Amino acid sequence: MFRHPLVIRVTHWVNAVCLLVLLMSGLQIFNAHPALYWGKVSTFDAPLLAMSSTEDDPPKGVTTVLGRTFDTNGVLGSSTGADGEAADRGFPAWATLPSDQDLTGGRSWHFFFAWTFVLNGLAYLLYGLVSGQLRFRVIPSRDQIRHFGASIWKHLTLRFPQGDEAKRYNVIQKLTYLVVLFVLLPVQVLAGLAMSPAMDAAFPFLLTLFDGRQSARTVHFVVAALLVLFVVVHVVLILLSGFRNKMRGMLTGWFVIERKVEPAVSAGGEPRS
Amino acid sequence: MSRLPNRRALLLGASANAAAAMLGGCDRLGNAEWFQRTLKTGEDANLFVQRLLLGKATLAPEYAEADISPWFKPNGTEDPPDKAYKALAKGKFAKYHLVVGGLVEAPLKLSLAELRQLPARTQITRHDCVEGWSAIGKWTGVPVAELLDLAKLKPQARYVVFHCADTMDQGSSLEGGEDDGEADEVPAGNANPSMTKQSGGDESKKDSGGQQAADDDAASGGTPVRFYESIDLVDAFHPQTILAYEMNGEALPVSNGAPLRLRVERNLGYKQAKYVMRIEVVESFANIGEGKGGYWEDQGYAWYAGI
Ligand code: HEM
Repeated sequence: MFRHPLVIRVTHWVNAVCLLVLLMSGLQIFNAHPALYWGKVSTFDAPLLAMSSTEDDPPKGVTTVLGRTFDTNGVLGSSTGADGEAADRGFPAWATLPSDQDLTGGRSWHFFFAWTFVLNGLAYLLYGLVSGQLRFRVIPSRDQIRHFGASIWKHLTLRFPQGDEAKRYNVIQKLTYLVVLFVLLPVQVLAGLAMSPAMDAAFPFLLTLFDGRQSARTVHFVVAALLVLFVVVHVVLILLSGFRNKMRGMLTGWFVIERKVEPAVSAGGEPRS
Repeated sequence: MSRLPNRRALLLGASANAAAAMLGGCDRLGNAEWFQRTLKTGEDANLFVQRLLLGKATLAPEYAEADISPWFKPNGTEDPPDKAYKALAKGKFAKYHLVVGGLVEAPLKLSLAELRQLPARTQITRHDCVEGWSAIGKWTGVPVAELLDLAKLKPQARYVVFHCADTMDQGSSLEGGEDDGEADEVPAGNANPSMTKQSGGDESKKDSGGQQAADDDAASGGTPVRFYESIDLVDAFHPQTILAYEMNGEALPVSNGAPLRLRVERNLGYKQAKYVMRIEVVESFANIGEGKGGYWEDQGYAWYAGI
């Protein structure tokens, strides 16, 4: 079965690269001031989250979250760089782009890939809307909503749909994609823009939306973490449910439907692409 | 069954290697001249699009007295090491003069008292450091537009350059790490107060043009590199662009840029030059400093700092 049209495949992989670069360059930016606050301004002595190193010799990396301090030595707060020496830094060198401490480099990567990400996302949405793919892919159909409970149970027991049912995304998949596409990603873009003093002048509602610039920064960080969570689950499920077939699907568009065991929950109602 | 973990371990190992190779590759890419230029198109797009979105007089949000930060974090230079500046500060800036020159019909030289007699603007605004933190302060000062109107721009005028009192680069002063940034921004190293130890300063210097600047100085007999910044006429004539002599209702403290600092709202903190001594109106900043339009710009930061 032909599953993924070219535009969807291309935008998918461009998006994957963008998200990875945005995440890692974002962590580089975060490292310039590894602390988060809520509200309009930074309350330096009362951060929501902060990574730092202790006064000990040698210093130890610690992370403070909502007033509780955790030992995160070697990863957060203090870690060993490429030169083999321990250094004070929020996220470790292997998680940031560039790997060295380099705020301006991180910003260049971040903004270039932010533009790429947004333009790519718009191309995907436009194509998805015009072709009807978007609706088919992410809006649950009536029968899927009816069998919501059963679907969740199948998911929890890791029984993946086969036959006709494998031709469309199941209801949990659809809802997840819906939330990622229309909640997390737009919120991430808006929070990124809300951190811009110029955008705040042009669109003061950005500040109202996030309750201030520092909260926008915190939201941006938390949503980045949620996106990481999404990608991890996404990749794990692909590994568990037939890596080769799914990868072939996303690379060439062709996807094998195995026809055996239990028939699909319902026989139809979905437009075939 | 025993095949699986092996394959998994192999896969994992391979992925880790691939990841490390990728990161290394990205670093190398990031150091390549052509790629850096490509990446910077993102920042060029920021300028282009934000200028389209913002009206000439679109104001940055202003805040209430109650929002003023109890502590306005000073950053960068907090106490200029320069002898001339120290002498001025000792005399409470009574001998201070702001010089306005370059592409103007009527160059100016104004004392603090004279500046205070010009029309003033007071604004409570948010300061956003490129590092990520923010603080709100109340500023009173003379609009830059006021000065430029007094001095009358020549037709070729395109940029306004602010020359500052504080020396930034000079091998040893940089190594101190703490006092070497300027404006309210010390990118890279001096992040969180608790992250301010060792390494940072050296690293940022290594990555930036610092070393090269030092070498150039050695070659040219050691001219100190002083802080400077530049803005274009759109920002210069913006109603909220002022040279502030008061912060939170009192004379501007040395740590925040006494006697005069730039407030160019709608921009990040590194544009907010402290210790301003001289304004030079130019057609191009290519021949000033290393030609990028500002001290931090010469270290690689974007000239446009609207995000
Ligand atoms: C158009 C989209 C985006 C824009 C305009 C944007 C903008 C920004 C800006 C201005 C900062 C600097 C914040 C600071 O001053 O500390 C930042 C930081 C960051 N960005 Fe983005 N960003 C975008 C998309 C993303 C995406 C998709 C991710 C994650 C995959 C991401 C992850 C991060 C992280 C982790 C940080 C550092 C932590 C923080 O400040 O929250 N960004 N981004």
